[in-house]
Formats: sequence, C-alpha cells, structure tokens
Amino acid sequence: MAVDTLTSKYFGDHVSDDRIERPSPETMSGIPVDSVYGDHPLPGEFPFTRGLYPEMYRSRLWTMRMFAGFGTAEDTNLRFKELLRHGGTGLSTAFDMPTLMGRDSDSEWALGEVGRAGVAVDTIDDMRDLFAGIDLSTVSTSMTINGPAPILLAMYVAVAEDDGVGRAQLAGTLQNDILKEYQAQKEYIYPPRPSMRLVTDVVRFTTAEMPRWHPISVSGYHIREAGSTAAQELAFTLANGFAYVEAALAAGLDVNDVGRRLSFFFNAHIDFFEEIAKYRAARRIWARWMRDRYGATDEKAMMCRFHTQTAGVSLTAQQPENNIARVAIQALAAALGGTQSLHTDSFDEALALPTEKAARIALRTQQIVAHETGAANVADPLGGSPFVEWMTDELERRAEEVFAHLDELGGGSVLEGVYEGIESGWFVGEIADAAYRFEREVNAGRRVIVGVNAFTDGADDSERNLLRIGPETEDYQRKRLAMVKQERDDDGVRTSLEQLTADAAEPDVNLMPAIIDAARARATEEEIVMAMESVFGTYVERAVV
Amino acid sequence: MSEQAEPDTDRPDPDPPDRIRVVLAKLGLDGHDRGIKVVARTLRDAGMEVIYLGLRQTADSIVAAAEQEDADVIGLSMHNAGHLTLAPAMAAALREADLDIPLVIGGIVPDDDVEELRRGGVAAVLGPGASADEVVAAVRAAAGAALPE
Repeated sequence: MAVDTLTSKYFGDHVSDDRIERPSPETMSGIPVDSVYGDHPLPGEFPFTRGLYPEMYRSRLWTMRMFAGFGTAEDTNLRFKELLRHGGTGLSTAFDMPTLMGRDSDSEWALGEVGRAGVAVDTIDDMRDLFAGIDLSTVSTSMTINGPAPILLAMYVAVAEDDGVGRAQLAGTLQNDILKEYQAQKEYIYPPRPSMRLVTDVVRFTTAEMPRWHPISVSGYHIREAGSTAAQELAFTLANGFAYVEAALAAGLDVNDVGRRLSFFFNAHIDFFEEIAKYRAARRIWARWMRDRYGATDEKAMMCRFHTQTAGVSLTAQQPENNIARVAIQALAAALGGTQSLHTDSFDEALALPTEKAARIALRTQQIVAHETGAANVADPLGGSPFVEWMTDELERRAEEVFAHLDELGGGSVLEGVYEGIESGWFVGEIADAAYRFEREVNAGRRVIVGVNAFTDGADDSERNLLRIGPETEDYQRKRLAMVKQERDDDGVRTSLEQLTADAAEPDVNLMPAIIDAARARATEEEIVMAMESVFGTYVERAVV
Repeated sequence: MSEQAEPDTDRPDPDPPDRIRVVLAKLGLDGHDRGIKVVARTLRDAGMEVIYLGLRQTADSIVAAAEQEDADVIGLSMHNAGHLTLAPAMAAALREADLDIPLVIGGIVPDDDVEELRRGGVAAVLGPGASADEVVAAVRAAAGAALPE
C-alpha cells in the first residue's frame, strides 16, 4: 500500500466543535435546564471538585483531539494542511518508536519500526518538512514525546525561527513526562535524575522564553494501560505532578508560573462511576496540594486541566465491534468527569492500527455524547450523588496514602520518594501485581468481559479489514537521512555537539540553547542524544516479573 | 531492595528434570511489557522455570541467554507491528547459532500474519485474545511436553 494512502487513511480528525451552534439547553420534553445544580463549592470554585469552569461545556465544549499519524514528514505535512483547511487550529504529532527512543532511522534498533507508529524525525530537515507551509504563529502543536522531548522542541523552535516566527509566538504542548516512563511506558534514555534535569530545563526555558507553551503533560494514561488500578493511576500521576513542581521550585521557579503551565492526561476505563470519581478527586487533590503544600496563590495554578483517552487496554480482539459500546461509555465518563479534551479509541485497535472507518466511528462516538445525550448541558451532573461523592472521597483517601508513603520514602520530598520508588522497582511492582490480579480474575471468570469469558457466541464472524503497513517508509527515510549527513557541515555538527557535552557536565547550565544550536547545525536526534549520554549514562531497568 | 527482588517462595518443585525452561524477552525498542509480565507469572504458576530477560533485547542477547539457560522454549512479545520483520530475524539468528529451540510469539499479531510467521520459523503465535490456558498449552506443546488433560 502506498504511503500517501496510508497516511490519509490513518490520521484522525482534529475537530473544533465550537462552530456547531447549540440551542439553549432543554430536555427532549422541553424542560429547560440550568448550567449547574447544587450548593457551593460549585464548578469553577476551589477546590474544583465539580469542574474547572462555572459553565463547563456550555461555555466551551471539550476539544475532540484525535491523536494519530505515521509515515514520513512530508506525508504528515499534507495531512496537517488538510486539517487546517477544514478549520482545525491544533496539530497533534505522533512520532515513531525510534524517534521516541532517541534513535535515528538508520540505527540497527530501528529495524522494522521506522514510520510505523508515528512520523519519523531524524533531523531538523524532517521537522521543517513536517511543518512546511504552515504558519507556526497561528497553530498550536502537541508533541507526544518524552525522553528526547527537549530535542524535538529544539528542532521545532529552530524551524520556526528560520521561518521568521519567534519562539515567544509558539503555542503548544510537549508531553515531556519522564517519570511515568520509568513506571509504565518504558521510553526512557538516561537515568531518572539527569532526565529530570532535562525536564526542568525545558520548564525553565519555556517559562522564560515561550509564554504560550505547556512544557509537561503529566500522564496517568500509560500507567493505567500498563496495568494499574484507577486508584493507582490517580495517585501515581499526581505524585509525579508534585515531583515536577518540587523540581521546578528547586530550580528557582515560581510555583504560580509552574502551576499555570502544567496539564494532565488521564485514562477513561470501563468502571463508569469510579472513573468519574477519579477525575473529580484529581481536581480536588491537585488544588489542595498546590495551595496548601506548595503555596500557590493564583487559582489558575491550582487547576488540574486534563486530556482524556479511552482505555486501549479495555478493547477486546474477540467480537471487536463490541468495543464501540465500550468506547461510548468511557467517553461519557470523561464528559461527566469534566475533561478538557478527549481522544476516543477505534474499535479495531486490539488487532492493529485503526482503519479510517474505525477512526471515524470513534470520532462520531464522542460527537454523539456531546450533541445527542445532553451530557454537555449541565456541569458535574452527578455531583451530590451519595455514591459518586463517597467514591470521590475514597479515591482521594487512597491517593493520600500513596503520597504519604512516597513522602516518607523521600524524607519529606515527594520528588525523592518518586525517585526511590522508581529505583527500588516499587512502581513497576505495584503495577505488575495489579495487572496480574486482573488477568487472574478474568481467567477465573470472576470478572466478566463480554465476548471473552462470557457470551462468546458469534466470535468468528468479525470482519477482518485491518490496516497494513509496508516497508517503503523505512527505505525512504534512511535514504533521506543519508542525504542530510552528506550535505551538512560536519565541523559545525561536531562543534555544536562538543558544546552540548560540555554544558551537560555543568549541572546549572540550561541545555536548551546548546540543543537548539545542534539541531540547527543538522545534528541528528541520536547524535544529540549521544552527546549527552556520554555525561548522563543510560538506564537499564531491572527485569522483574 | 524491594519485595519483588525476593525469590518466589511459592514455586512448585525446586527443579524436576522435566520442568520446562522458558526464556522470555522483549526484542527491540518496544516497551509494552504488561503482557509479557503476566505471561511470565502465568507460566511460573503452571510450574515452568521462567527466565525473563527484560526490555530492549537483541537477537544476539536472546540467543546467548537461551544457550546459557538451556531453554526449551523462547517467548517474545511484540506490540509495535514489527513482528513480520523481527520474528523471522530472531528465528534466523537461532538457526545460525545451531539452536533448535522453538520460538513462540505473543502480542498484537493479526490472524492473517500467523501463516507468514510460521513459514518464517515461528512455532506458535498467541494473539491478543489468548487466555492463560491457551498460553500454557501453546508453550507446553512447543516444548514437546505432554499436554495435561
């Protein structure tokens, strides 16, 4: 299959539904409904349990942000332009596995992985192609990358500046959440402490020079996918958030500056009321800790803003069409829980990357939740329910137990406690235990999964129309990288990398300027990674099961 | 340091001669390790000796470990759509090392790829819907041990 067909098939819509007019809300019986019911504290009031904004989705519907993509930078660029032509203002970039791991497309580690799960970016040339013809002063760009996040940000800044757009004008989000990599997703490069230095360098750099940039998206999604419970997802994610705040404060940043820039990313799993309670507890915990423990005074710095994605791990390979129902319920939970943006998974993702049709159904699913169900009319409609309020309190209590444990491990520092929990294998052990407990319950039939361990008739009649990816992208990208290496000024590359290595050895020097220089000199991602690795070392996880 | 570094205390029989020895690994960059860890515990609970090598292994490191551990079966987990490249490469590396150890692949592998993987030297493929019993049965069958029941 040709690459251009693949990319057009694969990218999801990125839709701002603000354009759709909503009549003043009433039920199907014609009963008018208020924007909120109940007593103070209401949505928009500290501690924001009931939502961040007084009118919630009446003032602004959640953003339907469908994360997707693969191929070469040029293919992705075509799709970006198409999205912008259709009224989109935000771009969401998925990188391929070698890029996520700081490896070039010609690395032996990249074999079979180039361009498969996202776009391949080796040098600033690829980044330039990715955004060619797009005015970076008017779009917002989300980049889902962690270990090498400073390098991709540097390439983006350099491309924009070469185009005459100053870094202060750039808007976007970098995932840049390295702590959950050691705990769950495992896309790390360096050991935790030097990695945290890089995260903090990005926070310092963007705070000083990129006022429209969100430097970290603290992510529980991957922790949950790796097998954690909802309670663990909540606790580990917020603990990581506290750790980033502590690291930034230690670097001399103001707590209000940091708090205003952090955002979060949660999972929407199938246990409906527990999920809703989880989002409510997250907002309350974050607000309290930011104010009471870290001394924030600006309410915007206490707000837990979050993106949500439905649970890929809840999708079944058996009777995959049933997944459409699962995703709809999960999307409704995210909406009732007050998410700011939402990605809905495609029903065929337990088998392969989604087809165009499956991705469209996923988008339509959240449009049905948004526009047909009435769920967007009233903020926190479950607030005041004895069960939901109790579950919110219970999840908060359990999370506080985890925070107390980490705080004690770290001798009064959550950051140190998180380091300790990573190095001792505590997080991965807790997550693996929860994953195994779940599997045993499923295998023993104590937990019903429809189509898997119950109601299994009709499993054989599924349509097998899966997306296939060929090796063309890999060949093309390798040739392209070879061309850049031939054309560039090797002395300039060497000098910039030597400077970066020298800066890395000085703990107080912010590495962003040297990384930007190296990117501009057309050093490859892996070369930049290696220039710091010589100082920082690598991280190998102890293999425990 | 942590509790999971301790040796398992509930393992059956220390080392009966017919005990199946399985080397499990993640080959390449793919970091999705939820499945392989569950499989490791499942096989261990079924009485097998499990050696989990961890993330970011190469064909060479897996060949070396399989030889050293006298493995009866090698199990690889793949979630990044690279199985049609990586699994045959692993099988070739085993042949080159003159190791006749059956290779079992698990993960996000569509049914349509199973034939091609088998032709490439893979003994068994466990897709995303495989149950614990199916995993144990497939590894036992690959090891040539008698199936229970």
